[in-house]
Amino acid sequence: MRAPAAPATARPAAPAAEPGRPASGIRFDDVSVAYGRHGEHTVLDSFDLTVEPGEVMALLGPSGSGKTTALRAVAGFVRPARGRVLIGGRDVTGLPPYRRGIGMVVQQYALFPHMKVSENVAFGLKAQKTPRAEIPGRVAEALEMTGMAAYAGRQPRELSGGQQQRVALARALAIRPGVLLLDEPLSALDAQLRSGMLAELARLHRELPDVSILYVTHDQIEALTLADRIAVLESARLRDCGTPQDLYRRPRTAFTASFIGTANLLPVTVRADGTGVDLGGRLLTVPVAEGVARGSGATLCVRPHLVGLGDGGATGNTLPGTVTEVQWRGATHRLYVSVDGHRVMADVRELRTPPTPGDTVTVHFAPEDAVLVPGGLTGDGDHHG
Amino acid sequence: MLVHSRTARRAVHTLFLVLFLPVFALPLVVIAAASFATAWSGALPSGPTLTHYQDIVRGDAPRALLTSVLTALAAGLAALTLGTWAALAAERLPRRARRLLDGLFLLPVAVPSVVVGLALLVAFSRPPFLLNGTPQIVITAHTVLVTAFAYQSVTAALARLDPAYEQSAAGLGARPAYVLWRVKLPLLLPSLTAAAGLCFALSMGELSATVMLYPPDWMPLPVQIFAATDRGALFAGAALAVALMGTTLLVLLAVSRLRTRATYR
Repeated sequence: MRAPAAPATARPAAPAAEPGRPASGIRFDDVSVAYGRHGEHTVLDSFDLTVEPGEVMALLGPSGSGKTTALRAVAGFVRPARGRVLIGGRDVTGLPPYRRGIGMVVQQYALFPHMKVSENVAFGLKAQKTPRAEIPGRVAEALEMTGMAAYAGRQPRELSGGQQQRVALARALAIRPGVLLLDEPLSALDAQLRSGMLAELARLHRELPDVSILYVTHDQIEALTLADRIAVLESARLRDCGTPQDLYRRPRTAFTASFIGTANLLPVTVRADGTGVDLGGRLLTVPVAEGVARGSGATLCVRPHLVGLGDGGATGNTLPGTVTEVQWRGATHRLYVSVDGHRVMADVRELRTPPTPGDTVTVHFAPEDAVLVPGGLTGDGDHHG
Repeated sequence: MLVHSRTARRAVHTLFLVLFLPVFALPLVVIAAASFATAWSGALPSGPTLTHYQDIVRGDAPRALLTSVLTALAAGLAALTLGTWAALAAERLPRRARRLLDGLFLLPVAVPSVVVGLALLVAFSRPPFLLNGTPQIVITAHTVLVTAFAYQSVTAALARLDPAYEQSAAGLGARPAYVLWRVKLPLLLPSLTAAAGLCFALSMGELSATVMLYPPDWMPLPVQIFAATDRGALFAGAALAVALMGTTLLVLLAVSRLRTRATYR
């Protein structure tokens, strides 16, 4: 079985910070975190990851996958049972949170309710004994950056969720951190505000190109939109890591394929001659990479929008099946087709006369649009270590 | 709302008042009435007079009231400091040690306060811990008795405090002392003032441990009330009780004003 997801430890570690510039870049070096009296509940297992200076890394995974734990290990709120955490090339594993030079925004913002907006933003500066004369300028700058300058004199309770979010960001940015940790920062906002804030975060990152951002989310859209790279976590382990396009087009595990975007996942057997795969006796032509063991079980992943209705011609893979459900989605129709009992979804341009459930149809996909990932569908094996 | 219909709600309210008033409120009204009386042979006290109050002002009652207030202020402040400190420290303890600490603070409340008074008397009657006959032993006894309430209410408030505040502050580079002073204590302020008020009120009314301990020159008002009623001067005692009640309420009112000003949500 091919080893997946080269978690980028081979890359050079971030250079140590120059004096006067905040330390940027994060490295997880074989970090494990466990809870319980004897450390019997492992919530993060042998985690290796490098976030380059200036990079936006999304930690994506379902709840309980360990993504928030990884972020808290950088912040210093959990102590790894094993491994090291480095910020800007400096080992911070044993340092308390207040000596790590990070900026952090938590899910519920946690604005201090007994302070005005400007006092909230000034908090970190005062705590770090920034020269008194500098503080008002830095506060104004941070509020300006997040578009909250007009609200400096307000109390946090007078602000809407989106505004509180911006103040929390301003508070984190005011201390000019080299590393910004965002823990599901948009999860408390409604959908419309969320897409607005996404654009805002992208703009902020363009204005602060040196800041490394670690962005924890369970929302694939946020990860795809914002991140330079995405690390996919599942069951306390890193499953996959790569650019959004890479993970979407070439997922290395079935889990990644199903978690990022929608995917048809078909259980197949790799043919011994390496020219394709076998789906319950049906031969499909797909590229088989060097490392994939011949004759072993694997999962074939095809995106629904790359599945077409009708015959695929001489080069395509054609599958006959029965329509089980038709959904109209405005610009597209999604057809659910049962092929030998396997469910295949096809997103096709809106049809004038769509098929109805029970109709017999053929669907097709091009060999180059299919990706073969090792392992079966459930319990996708030991991909990591 | 558990009760929906209007009549039913009214009936429940009436029942509450019928049960509550005679037990909780009326006795206090009766004391107030008795403090103005010279005789009480019928259903109501008779012979309205202000003599008892005039006697209070002329006698050593003002001094006893002052003693009570000073004792309660000192004990309340000490209890609040100790209780808050202990509650903050207990947060970091492992569960079992924490239970032990909870039990330790609860001990003086669980033990009859006469026993607490006697225990302190026996323990501090010999050098090097010779407190017997000093005001300090009364204040110490009150502190021991009320700290549990301060500890418990601060512990409860800490449990409700979202750890995200503390963590955000630490993430912004604030040292623990700075976080405590600028974030945690301000957020706990409403609970702290409530605890202070409770400790003050409890100390103002403390009698059983105090009678075991008080020196002649530090006699709190409850002891004087007890002495007055003990020798049969019921109406004079009632007047003293009204004075004690009034002063305590006044201080609590002041504290609660402070509290509303400190509340931000």
